[in-house]
Amino acid sequence: MSEVYRPVGGKLLTRQFYFLIVLSLIAAYFLGRRFIFGIGDVSNLSDGYPWGLWITYDVVTGTAIACGGYAMAVAVYVFNKGQFHPMVRAALLTSVFGYTLAGASIIVDVGRYWQLYNVFLPQHANLNSVMLEVALCVTLYTLVLWIEFSPAILEAMKANRALRMLRHILFFFIGVGILLPTMHQSSLGSLLIIAGHKVHPLWQSDIIPLLFLITAITMGYGMVVFESLYASVNLGRKLETDLLAKVAGVIPWLLITYLVLRIGDLVVTGDIAALAEPGRPQVLFALEMLLFGYAILSLLSRERRIHPTHLFWSALAVVLAGALYRFDAFLIAYNPGPGWHYFPAVGEMMITLGVISVEIMAYLFFVKKTPVLAAGH
Amino acid sequence: MKIDRRDFCKVVVAGAATALSGGVAEARPPKELPPGAVGILYDATLCIGCKACEVGCKEANDMPMDHTSCAEQAYGVSAVWDAPDDLNSRTMNKVKAYAQGTAEVKDRPHDGYSFIKRSCMHCVDPDCVSACPVSALTKDPVTGIVQYDPDACIGCRYCQLACPFNIPKFEFDKPFPKIVKCQMCAHIQAEGGIPACCDACPTGASLFGRVPDLLQEAHRRLAFKPGERQSYPIHNLDGGETRMAEVHGYHPKVYGETETGGTQYLMMAGVPLENLGMPALGSESRARLSETIQHGLYQGMMAPTLLLGGLVYAVYRNTAEDREDPPEAAAGKAQKAEEVRDE
Amino acid sequence: MREQAQSLVETDIGPHLSNQLEIHGVSRRSFLKFALSMTAAMGLPFGMMPEVLAALEQSQARPTVIWLHFQECTGCTESLLRATHPTVESLILDLISLDYSETLLAAAGHQAEQALADSIARNRGNFILVVEGSVPMRDGGIYCKVARKTPQEMLHEIAPQAAAVVAIGSCASWGGVQSAAPNPTEAVGIPVAFEREGITKSDGSPLPVITLPGCPASPYNLLSTVLYYLTLKRLPELDAKGRPLFAYGRLIHENCERRPHFDAGRFAEEFGDEGHRKGWCLYKLGCKGPETYANCPAIEFGDVGANTWPVGIGHPCFGCAEQGVGFHKALHDQADVKSVTPPAFFPQIFAEHPGGASLAGAAVAGAVGGGAAVYALNAGKKLKQAEAEAPAETDSESR
Repeated sequence: MSEVYRPVGGKLLTRQFYFLIVLSLIAAYFLGRRFIFGIGDVSNLSDGYPWGLWITYDVVTGTAIACGGYAMAVAVYVFNKGQFHPMVRAALLTSVFGYTLAGASIIVDVGRYWQLYNVFLPQHANLNSVMLEVALCVTLYTLVLWIEFSPAILEAMKANRALRMLRHILFFFIGVGILLPTMHQSSLGSLLIIAGHKVHPLWQSDIIPLLFLITAITMGYGMVVFESLYASVNLGRKLETDLLAKVAGVIPWLLITYLVLRIGDLVVTGDIAALAEPGRPQVLFALEMLLFGYAILSLLSRERRIHPTHLFWSALAVVLAGALYRFDAFLIAYNPGPGWHYFPAVGEMMITLGVISVEIMAYLFFVKKTPVLAAGH
Repeated sequence: MKIDRRDFCKVVVAGAATALSGGVAEARPPKELPPGAVGILYDATLCIGCKACEVGCKEANDMPMDHTSCAEQAYGVSAVWDAPDDLNSRTMNKVKAYAQGTAEVKDRPHDGYSFIKRSCMHCVDPDCVSACPVSALTKDPVTGIVQYDPDACIGCRYCQLACPFNIPKFEFDKPFPKIVKCQMCAHIQAEGGIPACCDACPTGASLFGRVPDLLQEAHRRLAFKPGERQSYPIHNLDGGETRMAEVHGYHPKVYGETETGGTQYLMMAGVPLENLGMPALGSESRARLSETIQHGLYQGMMAPTLLLGGLVYAVYRNTAEDREDPPEAAAGKAQKAEEVRDE
Repeated sequence: MREQAQSLVETDIGPHLSNQLEIHGVSRRSFLKFALSMTAAMGLPFGMMPEVLAALEQSQARPTVIWLHFQECTGCTESLLRATHPTVESLILDLISLDYSETLLAAAGHQAEQALADSIARNRGNFILVVEGSVPMRDGGIYCKVARKTPQEMLHEIAPQAAAVVAIGSCASWGGVQSAAPNPTEAVGIPVAFEREGITKSDGSPLPVITLPGCPASPYNLLSTVLYYLTLKRLPELDAKGRPLFAYGRLIHENCERRPHFDAGRFAEEFGDEGHRKGWCLYKLGCKGPETYANCPAIEFGDVGANTWPVGIGHPCFGCAEQGVGFHKALHDQADVKSVTPPAFFPQIFAEHPGGASLAGAAVAGAVGGGAAVYALNAGKKLKQAEAEAPAETDSESR
């Protein structure tokens, strides 16, 4: 069960890496403007669309993509699938950066960032607020993730004593690390309940927390598969197709559950009638269904599942479907009323791109320099 | 990924227990009107569009002029007067106009026009207050005024997302921004005054008073027949000042009587309120639904605690090998060997 | 003596008005100014000024005017005669041939009536009938008689022969003060009287009536109407109530000098308060400007000059020119604000806000999307290669 992890090694400062540095520097410029001139200077956020690309991508979608660690932990530790253990640490790595950068982008997005600590002060707590739960859980989980990931760093630092101590208490943090995402990934969906009529009826639902939770798990597994394939292509690692196929095997069943719940809810509430009228939301809904459908069909059969190319495209479809579902619910099918428009501004997109660049750079750094990926088995 | 039946059943049972513990939770009861609830009755049929309320509001709250005006865009005039095109971070109170067809006669839906004064509705069960994670928005337990505390606010703008009327505004153009919304001139009321908009209104279109009295007054007006001359109180319902005016006829509705669980800012008009941009809302606030679902899941943190216990136990059992030292030592050795080779 | 005669010859009144200016003590300069201001008052373009001037100077065909007085106070005549610029205003009387006016006629009694009959006979179908005062409809109009004739009888007799009728003042336009409740004589204006009495031109075609309401009517509006006719040889454009649009096309409220105070919500609350002293809007004191159509703010009223018209001196407009307002609404009752449509500077219910896609934004989004797609396709291709290279290995692993 215990694996041997090794740094991949190799040159860090490749051409791609320099490109990522340039992207981050551009983002740094816009970040500077954001903090000097205000949010409106770099973004198209408005009173009608108070949440834009930053919340929708960096926080809502970003943390869902970063659910690999959570999803793998559920498989390994709850369902006792020790065979996946070698993949846990790599999955944890993306989770750590996904969540850390989501937290960091909160500071960019939030207007009064210097008062963010109010979230942790009991006298300010509003226990009715879904936002409070999300904020607390995400912060806590980010901490927990670093603790869960710390063996990799400690191993790199050869801090064996600390490592040994950590091993004895890690189980508790793993437990907490499964509970917290269960709570906040569902609550990220609950955030929209209060927005009422502003969210299109095809997305607004009383069971939206469950829908968000299921898709977050599928996105986590999808990302684990995608990432492993990416590592094999770009970091010259061996294909772990067999293991990946097993991981991917659970996705279609989760997605089927999701679709049954989602469409069932639409039928029960009668909101399905909204499909009858033509419009952009209906096209988006169809597109989501197409992506989900493709992912389900292509992952359901084992023959297709063991082909890395199929696996690659269907894993991508799973992640894209989940991301589109989140973008639709939070942004594209969100309508505060006539007269309001939103399309991310250049500065806004550059900042998000910068966040993604930093994430990839950090991933490359850690994969190459610390023992994250399991040595061949 | 194969999951053995036993494990799967366990998880299903745990999940069902969690879900059920939520299911038995009762829906949160609707909020009641606070005992000393004060509000504003806006009667569009009395409004003459003079914007005195806007000026009064800006003066009373020390708000700056706003030049992002429709007049500027339309005629190329710039920075002449305060003429915002909507509520925004410099405007907490705004008179807008609805015009249909030839727009000849006031207060009729076809070929007519009407004004509408938009500001915070001061909901009885405000979504923004439910949404705010740090209690920066609070509802006064006595007057029911929804107030904002910038010292608590983190600027997450969830209130903007939550508000069904798009009322809270945010200073996107400032490095140290705030949320801006009408607080019914709480600072003036504290000194015994009435909100500046009601004080400035020459016709009584904006009328201040206690909410139950205002509702009564609104229903008195609904019974008026078009063409009659009737006495209308002005400024303050209890102030005794009145004026005579011709009744233009009402659309039979007091907006805010039931909408989103009731509001303390009530509206009536000669045309349907939907035409004036007021959303058709149910009688239940979204806050109530959101809180019911959220508290159902997290009732006393019971379900999460149970779940945590189960999870920690499962993880403990499944990581038994990890806690043993030998494999770790082996791993350490292997790693050491690796590094030596590297060097 | 001879010199005197000489001077008399020199100042002999020529056929044109321009010849008479000097005798009236009017300088050429002030005459031009007058002509220019009248052009503006009529709402004619600046370029029309020469035509107006020509009409003033060259007009020879002095239209015959017959001026009747019914139920009124003669205030309209007085305001015309006692304008503060008598030299200029009296010119109007030289522009027209006032054949019959009970106020101004030198003759009296039968002589006067004879002059009327003669004038009608001479100018059949060509004269202008000016009526001042309302017509009492109750009891056949016996409450007002001139030369033993009721207004109805006079109108039946004279009006059909007229080319056009000018109802001067609010009384003649819509009934005026006599029509205020309880209206004991059932006083009506000339247009209504014509309608009820069935009075048309002698050939049966409708008789054009120009109403110039006001209490009294602004003399300038009469001057302008006559000048308009002389200049353009046709009647000015009228609204549905027969009022010339150049004078009555806009609400007093629209051109009022206190309007900015209204827009800013600065109102005088009572006479003599701070707002009143500062010249703020008089709406709350009952100003009827928002429902009265007249050009008082533009040309002022009372002709004293220096911003003297009721609102200018701090009194709310009384609405004297507007039917149903003046003499009907209480002086300090608030007006119903009339406007044809809400003015353009009210934002619409749903204002348009910026935030849509910009070209640069769309380009960046496109580049990111495209880049990601290309990258993914590339990765897919590489994967296919890897798959092709190591099929055996994959197979063995899966076993």
